[in-house]
Amino acid sequence: MRQEPFVVPGKLVVPYRYFVGRLASKALIALRDDKKVMGVRCPTCNLTYMPPRSTCGRCFSKLEELVEVGDKGTVLTYTVVYHKEPVHPMEPPFVYGLIKLDGADTALPHFIGEVEPEKVSIGMKVQAVFKDKREGNILDIKYFKPQ
Amino acid sequence: MAERVAVVSVAQTKYHQNRGDVREAELAYEAIEQVLQETGLKFVEDGTGIDATVSCSHDHWDGQTISDIKIGDVAGAHLRPEEKVAEDGTHAVYYAMLQILSGHHDVVLVVSHMKESQTVRSMIENAAFDPVYQRLIGLDFLTAAALQARRYMYKYGITEEQCAKVVVKNRKNAQNNPYAQAPMGLTVEDVLRSPMLSSPIRQLDAKPVSDGACAMILAKEEKAKRLSDKPAWIKGAGSCYDAFYLGDRDLADCQSLMLAAKQAYDMAGIGDPRKEIDLAEVSEYYSYQELLWMEGLGFCDRGEGGKLIDSGVTQMGGRLPLNPSGGLLSGRPFAVGGMAAVAEAVLQLRGEAGARQLPDVSTALAHGVTGPCGQLQCVLVLGKD
Ligand SMILES: [Zn+2]
Repeated sequence: MRQEPFVVPGKLVVPYRYFVGRLASKALIALRDDKKVMGVRCPTCNLTYMPPRSTCGRCFSKLEELVEVGDKGTVLTYTVVYHKEPVHPMEPPFVYGLIKLDGADTALPHFIGEVEPEKVSIGMKVQAVFKDKREGNILDIKYFKPQ
Repeated sequence: MAERVAVVSVAQTKYHQNRGDVREAELAYEAIEQVLQETGLKFVEDGTGIDATVSCSHDHWDGQTISDIKIGDVAGAHLRPEEKVAEDGTHAVYYAMLQILSGHHDVVLVVSHMKESQTVRSMIENAAFDPVYQRLIGLDFLTAAALQARRYMYKYGITEEQCAKVVVKNRKNAQNNPYAQAPMGLTVEDVLRSPMLSSPIRQLDAKPVSDGACAMILAKEEKAKRLSDKPAWIKGAGSCYDAFYLGDRDLADCQSLMLAAKQAYDMAGIGDPRKEIDLAEVSEYYSYQELLWMEGLGFCDRGEGGKLIDSGVTQMGGRLPLNPSGGLLSGRPFAVGGMAAVAEAVLQLRGEAGARQLPDVSTALAHGVTGPCGQLQCVLVLGKD
């Protein structure tokens, strides 16, 4: 007799509270309250990291100097998402980009909106669009739109 | 190096899209049983058997913390040592090699196992991203890979057709591999007609969902020679991490792979990998990655991956066949992926690769990767003598 494999369904639902750390706390408050996008500068390497972090991975310095990196930047790469996955925050098609903000040396992945997906290109200048009601996380930037 | 380490036995399950008939330990044992039978080794304490076990699996994928906890009984870990490497299987082989080189153990069983079919890939991969700045936007390894593919193709003028050729080659190679999950006769047009997932990556540019396990026995020189007529010596090994934040790297490059390869080549005494490597098994989760990894491994200059696939050099019968097994694109699970690459390298060195056996193989390279966009890289060089 043919028998289907017997399956016990399971689901791990575990709440976490991710403490964002010394620098990101300040950076996310600045994003929420003042619509300011902050990075952190390594004076030894002369590099500004976005997202901010407390240690420079290259020279191992302790990083202290939060700097505003601005809300404008350049698209380094992008993808138009056409398929559906449960982790996607919106219906396809939508666009992810890797955006180098003008005041930073590293790039931030985020959405690109207010543009036909087919019109997005590498090198495109974009600008952050902020949520009206901000909560102190990276989604306080709704998406980046063409400048 | 004073001591040498060899792989003396390898075994794999046939990779399958859904092994609903077995649970993880049963799946792992399908591979373990074969290496025990081939070598006649037992889990004993008198110095004549297997001294320890190293496994590779992932808590989140398995939905169980300490994911190796459930395979103890079939992996010789009842009241015995077993450690898990939660990266790629190549790193488990690397760690077992170090256990032997350190003099701590003589003979080590390595096993990797994975049932991707049990859960939802994108949710597992999303949890690998930084929860503060990256996870909330819903990235997974596929959308991250698409960002990398676009950047790489833009910077170096790599075409979708060149990426598609990787799929065609590997799925064809898989037709001669009895362990391969999804061998297929495809054309470049078939690949380009498959549905777009996350541009420029189409369905056939991505590896299918896969279940399977791989096991091997590593031994120090003196014991290796007793355990096998055809030991495959680990001549070189290298491992290197790149930045966690995607935007810290230029995704068109693969610096960590170049550095891991350099370590492995230096250790193996390889000056020119293009001449001295007879075949390579690389871990291409997505088609563009085979081209990018070829560059990182020094098989061609930076940006020349597309030209190399066009030239036919990496086909069966070419000067440097890549993924004679069919690679990950033909179906291999996470964690097991790179270890299956090692297994193929060993089979080719032993002359036991059946219909896909390449002539005159004396040096083979196996590559594994984990993390988004090739963050952590591992390179192993294996040789006949
Ligand atoms: Zn620094």
